[in-house]
Amino acid sequence: MTDIRYLAPRTLDEAVGAFAAAAGGARILAGGTDLLVQMRAGVAKPGTIIDIKKIPEMTAIEDLGGGAFRIGAAVSGAVLAEHAGFRKAWPGVLEAVNLIGSKQVQGRASPGGNLCNASPAGDSVPAMVAAGAVVTIQGPNGRRELPVEKVPAGPGRTNLTPGEIVVSFTLPARPKGSGDAYLRMIPRTEMDIAVVGMGVNLVLEGGVVKAARVGLGAVAPTVLLVEDAARALIGSRLDDAALEAAAAACRAACKPINDKRGTIAYRIKVAGVLLKRTAAIAARRAGGN
Amino acid sequence: MNDMTNKWIGQRTIRPDGADKVTGRAQYSADVNMPGMMWGKVLRSPHAHARIRGIDTSKAEALPGVKAIVTAKDIVEFPVDKSVMLGIQDMRWMCRNVMAREKALFHGHPVAAVAAISEEVAAAACALIEVDYEVLPHVIEIEDAIKPDAPILHEWNKHEGKSSNITGTMVLKTGDVEAGFKDADVIVERSFTTRPVHQGYIEPHSCTVSYAADGRVTIWSSSQGQFMVRAMTSLLTGIPQSNIRAIPAEIGGGFGGKTIIYLEPVAVMLSKKSGRPVKMVMTRDEVQRATGPAPGSMSTVKIGAKKDGTIVAAQATFYVQAGGLPGAPLRGPVGCSLSAYAIPNVLSVGYEVVSNRSKVAAYRAPGGPHGAFAAESVLDEIAEKLGLDPLDLRIRNSAKPGDKALYGPTFGQVTFKETIEAIKAHPHYKAPLDRNPRPGVKRGRGVASGFWYNAGGESSVQVNITEDGNVVVTTGHPDIGGSRASISNVVAELLGVEHSRVNVIIGDTMTIGFSNLTGGSRVTFASAMVATASTEKVIGQLKERAAKIWNIDAEAVKWEDGMALPAGDNAGKFPPLSLKELAAKANEMGGPIGTQVQLNTTGADPGFATHVVDVEVDVDLGIIRVLRYTAAQDVGRALHPGYVEGQIQGGVVQGIGWALSEEYLYDKNGKVDNATFLDYRMPVCSDVPMIDAVMLEIPNPKHPQGVRGVGEAPIVPPLAAIANAVYDALGKRFSALPMSPPRVTERLEQP
Ligand SMILES: Cc1cc2nc3c(=O)[nH]c(=O)nc-3n(C[C@H](O)[C@H](O)[C@H](O)COP(=O)(O)OP(=O)(O)OC[C@H]3O[C@@H](n4cnc5c(N)ncnc54)[C@H](O)[C@@H]3O)c2cc1C
Repeated sequence: MTDIRYLAPRTLDEAVGAFAAAAGGARILAGGTDLLVQMRAGVAKPGTIIDIKKIPEMTAIEDLGGGAFRIGAAVSGAVLAEHAGFRKAWPGVLEAVNLIGSKQVQGRASPGGNLCNASPAGDSVPAMVAAGAVVTIQGPNGRRELPVEKVPAGPGRTNLTPGEIVVSFTLPARPKGSGDAYLRMIPRTEMDIAVVGMGVNLVLEGGVVKAARVGLGAVAPTVLLVEDAARALIGSRLDDAALEAAAAACRAACKPINDKRGTIAYRIKVAGVLLKRTAAIAARRAGGN
Repeated sequence: MNDMTNKWIGQRTIRPDGADKVTGRAQYSADVNMPGMMWGKVLRSPHAHARIRGIDTSKAEALPGVKAIVTAKDIVEFPVDKSVMLGIQDMRWMCRNVMAREKALFHGHPVAAVAAISEEVAAAACALIEVDYEVLPHVIEIEDAIKPDAPILHEWNKHEGKSSNITGTMVLKTGDVEAGFKDADVIVERSFTTRPVHQGYIEPHSCTVSYAADGRVTIWSSSQGQFMVRAMTSLLTGIPQSNIRAIPAEIGGGFGGKTIIYLEPVAVMLSKKSGRPVKMVMTRDEVQRATGPAPGSMSTVKIGAKKDGTIVAAQATFYVQAGGLPGAPLRGPVGCSLSAYAIPNVLSVGYEVVSNRSKVAAYRAPGGPHGAFAAESVLDEIAEKLGLDPLDLRIRNSAKPGDKALYGPTFGQVTFKETIEAIKAHPHYKAPLDRNPRPGVKRGRGVASGFWYNAGGESSVQVNITEDGNVVVTTGHPDIGGSRASISNVVAELLGVEHSRVNVIIGDTMTIGFSNLTGGSRVTFASAMVATASTEKVIGQLKERAAKIWNIDAEAVKWEDGMALPAGDNAGKFPPLSLKELAAKANEMGGPIGTQVQLNTTGADPGFATHVVDVEVDVDLGIIRVLRYTAAQDVGRALHPGYVEGQIQGGVVQGIGWALSEEYLYDKNGKVDNATFLDYRMPVCSDVPMIDAVMLEIPNPKHPQGVRGVGEAPIVPPLAAIANAVYDALGKRFSALPMSPPRVTERLEQP
């Protein structure tokens, strides 16, 4: 009934200009796997759609050396999966991105869309948080950078200001002995939404954890960086006591709700279980590196 | 006409609907469009329970693009004090289900409908309709609805002299249970709950309707019976059946949920009022909120047995949801759960309970899984207590031919034992099970059996020989389980022609005789029987034509391999006449060749199934996965084995969903909180293993090919089989479904 304007700018400046000019009436379109669903459900009713997939910087994967990468925010999961270097450096981030949806959805869905959709249950976000990814943002007032965990503000809300677009994710260099992993609990085996999502990123030296980051999803209004869990792991050999302490920290960090997808008690319990399982996979991968 | 040397019967021939479906050409009802067509939309109640004091449609009517508005006033009213039945459906409740009258009885109950130039305008008009509701307290769950102070949905309904939400009772009884239990060495009594589950067909309800200026109506819609669509629409609109042409579209699943209608009478009245064709298509949200589902249930089963395993008495009580209006499938649990067993003393009682949720619809063996979950779980416990193999316990107590069934008739053939023995002998049942393959992972194995009535009923089949000597068969049943493929196998076999020369289509209500619903595991049974009669008549005609050409007696002609031949040397020596040659001479020799047979078929003996399943439990996360599943069933004769396997596999997978993940969730306002396929969790492919279907072909002596209904029995055992397997893994019994991860985790923390 109402017309929708569709724009596919070739440069970021054009995109930001159009986005800012629409003053709230526009939506960014990456893969559209959230946006189009929301439009069909009548939840989103944009007057203008700005497709960012024609902007080279937003679909590029840049190998910065030493395991560091810059990924365009609109890169699809399927394209990322084909990058051998990325797969080797960040298997946990990749498995998280690749868990989104099905084969069909993977051809479209992007980590930028996953982050900006701001669902507490977005799968790639806890892995990105654990990875220590930093996002580059461009808006009417220029560029800025934010740690990934600072982007979501609450369910469906971000800290982006009007006209701002997430351009890319930068993942830091990988010291020797690094490994990351992502696990989620879903009742089904696929095509489901995380009841709890857990990203763990470790650096091991001689079996001792030198650095750790833990990202925890679907248990609070935003994805959490659980620093207490990381502290419990750092310096340990991932012995049972350290793992239990980290699991307890994850449980303590949970501020979940009772909803159709899981009860408070269940989510809290699962957060602890997943911490242990995810850390074990990350450690195994770190041992191999 | 039934042996293993058949050329077509029993072959996995290419399905007649396959090419159309995989190339997107198949016409589902939402694919039908007409010039000048309007879109219809339904305004639905935002309250779970409310009296409708008035409806003001003036603002909606004034919206440009709106062509017609329909409310309950436009639908024929059937007063609550006088029952008018169509099959098992009472029109008192159907008229109130398609359009709320006195009250909105559930969130999503239709209150009005609009036809407009687009879906958007129709939706905007719905929003402009002002309904004056008196919101009433609502009740969702059975246990709340049967409390003495529960909000009452239908004040006129009395149970034991008081206004009540119990709207129906069914009692089946044999012997004296009190006395029976006195003889028992072991008695187990347990209570169970199951949650409502949706049939989950992929295709939402939809229809396109054209009411012409001369009062004749054409309906294209997806249903499990075009004749049901015609009859119900006629009753609800007052239009005579002879003026309604109901054309069955290709159907994207029904599982019982499309044995009633929701949209058609509404669309007819919108079309009549607007003078334009009208199309209505439900959204998934509407399907989940306002159609189906199967009821939830609360049951208690008590079984007593002797030390040797002989069951001496059984008592069962089932409370079964009806939804907002009466009509729960009580005969499922009450009649089926104990009927496979020869038990001298039985008392089986069912109560139907209304509450503020969508009216339940048939779902594959309606009520059967509910009852079997309870009874087969209790039997498992009895076997354990007596130290018996659970399959041996079932064999010992199997009903026998000549026994009087609890639900009335005397059993003819009983093939229950064969299904149990098939599982007992199966490598799956004998395979070792690694009970603790990894820390935190436990495995278990369970069995259960199931019984379903099966049915015959009305069917019509027309067989025509084309002028070029090929075959067109028209049946009156929408094909949801492969009936076209099965019928083409039968007709090709009987006529002795290549399968590719037979085409089977589904006629509409004006082109084929009355045929009852596709449901009750009846269609292949009934239509193969009638197709056989019809084809045999055609063969008789062909023999007569040959006899005429040869100038001999028709009795002296036989039909073999698609040709007429002299029956023996006495008949004379003539070169055979093929179907093509006879067709070419048809008009000279007496006119077109073909006939229609219409029958009320009988002889559909019950179906039996026994299943074994291995499950794995991730103890810390409470996740149960099915590792291996084997389902044995007496299928009589598998006319098309691929489809028979498909029925068994489909029934089992639906049962797995029911057992592990599917349920309706309501918010505190009585609104369904998970009306999407994301949160209403049906299993996806990767959730289930390949289901091993063991087809026992024990011919049904009352059917020309030996067919027995197969569609429903396979959904009866899985709930209990899985629960029994989980018990085997964890040592804890689950009496509440679904065994979802949070529930499993909670249960594991209990003693
Ligand atoms: C069938 C199905 C299954 C799914 N399964 C999963 C799953 O398992 N796990 C999961 O986490 N998600 C799942 N999703 C949700 C969705 O696929 C993901 O969130 C996906 O990552 C979104 O990416 P997109 O590129 O399609 O985003 P889009 O839909 O294009 O965008 C999402 C939102 O972010 C905004 N946006 C996008 N890019 C930017 C940007 N660069 N800067 C600023 N704003 C931006 C858009 O305006 C929109 O509001 C599923 C969706 C479907 C349809």
